[in-house]
Amino acid sequence: MTQKELFVQGNEACALGALAAGCRFFAGYPITPSTEIAEIMSKKLPTMGGHFVQMEDEISAIGAIIGASWGGQKVVTATSGPGISLMQENIGYAAMTETPIVLINMQRGSPSTGQPTRSAQADMMQTRWGSHGDYETISLAPSSVQECFDYTVKAFNLAETYRCPVFVMADEIVGHMREKIVIPDEIEIVPRVMPEKTDDIYLPYDAPADGTTPMPSFGQGYDIHVTGLTHDKRGYPSTDSPEVHTELVTRLCNKILSHRSEISNIETEYIDDAEIVLLTYGIPSRSALTAVKQAREKGLKVGYIKLGVVWPFPEEELLELTSNAKRIIVPELNLGQVYLEVDRVLGKHANVELLSKIGGSLHTPTEILEKIMED
Amino acid sequence: MRKDIRIAGFGGQGILMCGIVIAKTASLFDDMYAVQTQSYGPEARGGASRTEVVISDEQIDYPKVESPEIFVAMSHEALLKYIGDIKENAILIIDPDLVYEDEIKDIIDQKNLVFYKSHATDVADKVIGKKIVANIVMLGSFVSATGLISEESTKKAILDSVPPGTEEMNLKAFEKGMKIVEKVN
Repeated sequence: MTQKELFVQGNEACALGALAAGCRFFAGYPITPSTEIAEIMSKKLPTMGGHFVQMEDEISAIGAIIGASWGGQKVVTATSGPGISLMQENIGYAAMTETPIVLINMQRGSPSTGQPTRSAQADMMQTRWGSHGDYETISLAPSSVQECFDYTVKAFNLAETYRCPVFVMADEIVGHMREKIVIPDEIEIVPRVMPEKTDDIYLPYDAPADGTTPMPSFGQGYDIHVTGLTHDKRGYPSTDSPEVHTELVTRLCNKILSHRSEISNIETEYIDDAEIVLLTYGIPSRSALTAVKQAREKGLKVGYIKLGVVWPFPEEELLELTSNAKRIIVPELNLGQVYLEVDRVLGKHANVELLSKIGGSLHTPTEILEKIMED
Repeated sequence: MRKDIRIAGFGGQGILMCGIVIAKTASLFDDMYAVQTQSYGPEARGGASRTEVVISDEQIDYPKVESPEIFVAMSHEALLKYIGDIKENAILIIDPDLVYEDEIKDIIDQKNLVFYKSHATDVADKVIGKKIVANIVMLGSFVSATGLISEESTKKAILDSVPPGTEEMNLKAFEKGMKIVEKVN
């Protein structure tokens, strides 16, 4: 097997991951610190038979990728917090219409326009339920340049498998950091599966209770109706029936929640005898791992868990992994978001502690070690 | 063996490129691990600018520099701004035409720094004929003073990084930089 080694930024790795996953449509409104993704896609897509559209804003950007997805394309947009805020309405629309889209969010200091050139992880709850209504999405959190590539590929595969919006929740540090990445010769890609032709009446939303259906696309011979209104199995609005609404919205959530374990991506170190566990995601996981190694050198029973996928939250796995833990420390670049979920799930058997940092810099290993050493 | 490196200067000097070439050399051509990060934003367009590189023979967890073991300074302002947390016995390489040596004597003594000088900008200007390659002259001095990455691999990384048509000039700048660095203490 031949492979390619490159020394690139996280943003470039995201763009390369999207292209490797088969993405041929990008619409966006460039914003710091994600701008390089748009820049690279604008150069590469036209040479690969794809399309790059710079839109007038983020509202239209997500509209364009939803439309292109229904046109049969694998699609992506890249933005940061202010853009994700503007996209919220259509994120709900994509969830409701089961449109596979990938959104890369290079998180920066916030709220509002905040700190364009500094790092944060303060959009985590927004990607979960930022739009109105009950729905579930998938969020991945890369902590290295290699993971920017790998997780972007994975995001496309998850979007196709579950037909939902998938977020790559990186941050300014990972986006602008440079490291070597290895691009394997063969990459597992989930293709768009079109529905089979049928002589019966075609029901585009005739899905199992915890699943979805193959996605038709415009111009492929199916008469389909795509709407954000509550719709029946035919795809037609059915806004009055409690049963139709309950069945649809429950299924939209369960198609993701009931596959939590398959979607989850957990890495652990030194976990077997750990009494104190660092539960991390994204860039602070790297400071945490250094601190955990330093703590082990001091003979402390400290372990490390990294969530590659934050949403859906892998409850069962974490309960099992931390069953012997007394303290669970959650370092986040926000004032406590995923921490609240960790506390809900693990707080009954362990003391869950937030190690918050905002302002734009990453936790240092020293700061995490000090927290570990606290009584 | 983890080495934490910080390079500081003003925006436009090519500080960033210098860091990228060091990290690229280590990770693509010297079979080591490397991470390069940088200050990013308006301050990097003229004011004090810095890049940090971590090189190691093992996978690198924490990607930033808490306390540099090698510090390269190409401006006095950036040196003062970023040198505070330098490690004891660290290596300090400065361009003496851009740094007031009198003002850094104390920190060199306090931290017992191993002190090198490289007239990188002057040599780039007068010997190579292009001030803009001062960063590559300094890169040569870095390689010569620290021995962290190999000369041959660095040349490969330079060729892989510089604009077409400037290869020869940059290699000449690099080789000159290797020769002109002098250990002071």
